[in-house]
Amino acid sequence: MNLPFPDATCVADSVRGQEVTAKAVTAAALARIANGNPVLNCFTSVTTDRALAEAEALDQAIAEGKDPGPLAGVPFAVKDLFDIAGLPTLAGSKINAERPPARQDACAVSRLKAAGAVLVGGLTMDEYAYGFTTENAHYGPTYNPHDLQRVAGGSSGGSGAAVAGGLVPISLGTDTNGSIRVPSSFCGIFGLKPTYGRLSRAGAFPFVASLDHIGPFARSVRDLALVFDLLQGPDPEDPACTDRPPEPCLPQLGRGLDGLRIAVADDYFARSAEPIALEAVATIAHALEATRRITIPEAQRARSAAFVITASEGGTLHLSNLKKRPQDFDPATRDRLLAGAMIPTSWYLQAQRFRRWYRDRVRELFQEVDIVLAPATPCPAPLVGQKTMILDGVEMLVRPNLGLFTQPLSFIGLPIVVVPVQRPGQLPIGVQIIAAPYQEALALRVAAVLEAAGTVSAPVPSIQHP
Amino acid sequence: MTNPSPEVTAYVDQAAILMDLSLHPEHRPGVITNFERIQTIAALVNDFPLPDDLEPAPVFEP
Repeated sequence: MNLPFPDATCVADSVRGQEVTAKAVTAAALARIANGNPVLNCFTSVTTDRALAEAEALDQAIAEGKDPGPLAGVPFAVKDLFDIAGLPTLAGSKINAERPPARQDACAVSRLKAAGAVLVGGLTMDEYAYGFTTENAHYGPTYNPHDLQRVAGGSSGGSGAAVAGGLVPISLGTDTNGSIRVPSSFCGIFGLKPTYGRLSRAGAFPFVASLDHIGPFARSVRDLALVFDLLQGPDPEDPACTDRPPEPCLPQLGRGLDGLRIAVADDYFARSAEPIALEAVATIAHALEATRRITIPEAQRARSAAFVITASEGGTLHLSNLKKRPQDFDPATRDRLLAGAMIPTSWYLQAQRFRRWYRDRVRELFQEVDIVLAPATPCPAPLVGQKTMILDGVEMLVRPNLGLFTQPLSFIGLPIVVVPVQRPGQLPIGVQIIAAPYQEALALRVAAVLEAAGTVSAPVPSIQHP
Repeated sequence: MTNPSPEVTAYVDQAAILMDLSLHPEHRPGVITNFERIQTIAALVNDFPLPDDLEPAPVFEP
């Protein structure tokens, strides 16, 4: 473990092999957070006492010859909408700070803990996950480790910045319209938005029940696969969680491309982007020798339907507090939620019916190909406070349009790995590796091939302290 | 969005009354602007013909 920023697998190997104690690893992570968080503003809570106690218990277990688990001593942090026992679950809001402390950890947190991982804190986000930039009116903006003048993306901005900045090797976030994939792209790290219903959301504060997913961030593909595998499994506490048995992906990572049919999404996914976003897709396609093009039909309408469902379900969820205390919401989310709560039922149900129609078309498409490539974001990370951007010569608002390429895909729950393309002296940008439902393993295999070839990587930048 | 349509303004005001939402005068213009945006976006979906027998795919197991 001589690397400055080892991945989770490497950390766990060292702890399991007793080259280093879990307590020393945890103390080092807490020191990195103490040093880096004032610059990045990515943590809303640091669970120091809990982390050190858990690390000591792990070291004790190892001393007694017990198996400490595949993530032994690996520090991790979670978007602060995941329940952490003993803390109120903020979900990026001021209102939730008045909630009683969570009585138990969220399902995903407890599954990682059971695997030996050590929770070190909760991470920043857009209020109630409604945003793509993590410029939170209550807790301030989260800064991008690659350029402190720029946003980390959102809504899981803290989850992206903490991993990209080397504060923790892995984190958890959620993705309703792109909230794992946008920060992965802007922060230049790997992110996985699994199939809808694949991982339990129990104990994660909801946003849009029809579209919410949870998933991991990491700096290596093997970490992404390992965490995903550990999180799999049914959970009666989440009504959307599948009863399918877990399908471990880690053992499949070395299988290569092995006849996979890979295509680049054209039409909607090849427009309204800065050239650099499309060049990143071309770089990935070239590395995979993918020359085929495919058209995902009605993607613009899919994005629109996702927008309607999001506004309607999100607005309805928060209606009670919108009535009682609208002034306590982040202004950026409040007016959208209020408007969303007023959407006529016919619009909402039409969007839900369209969702099924669109799902059936995309299912047909996956009879012809196994993997589809698309940009993750239309541009690299914008500046903090930037209001507008120009795409294809059209000026548009930054905040609502960063999810242009992510929304039509999460809308029907497809599993997607974002791979980071690094460009020397420039900002990183991500590409979506999209697979058919429940085929996370295929997307992870492709990511592993690209990582092995050096086409994608997630090195920790040296953060220039102001 | 400087001149919101009177129809949307009227709808938002009436919906707020029916929903028992007393819109704060400072919040009202933002809500109207956002509703207008949603209306434009929703029109794209509402205009799309779907067969009568196409049901949504809800996740609900009794």
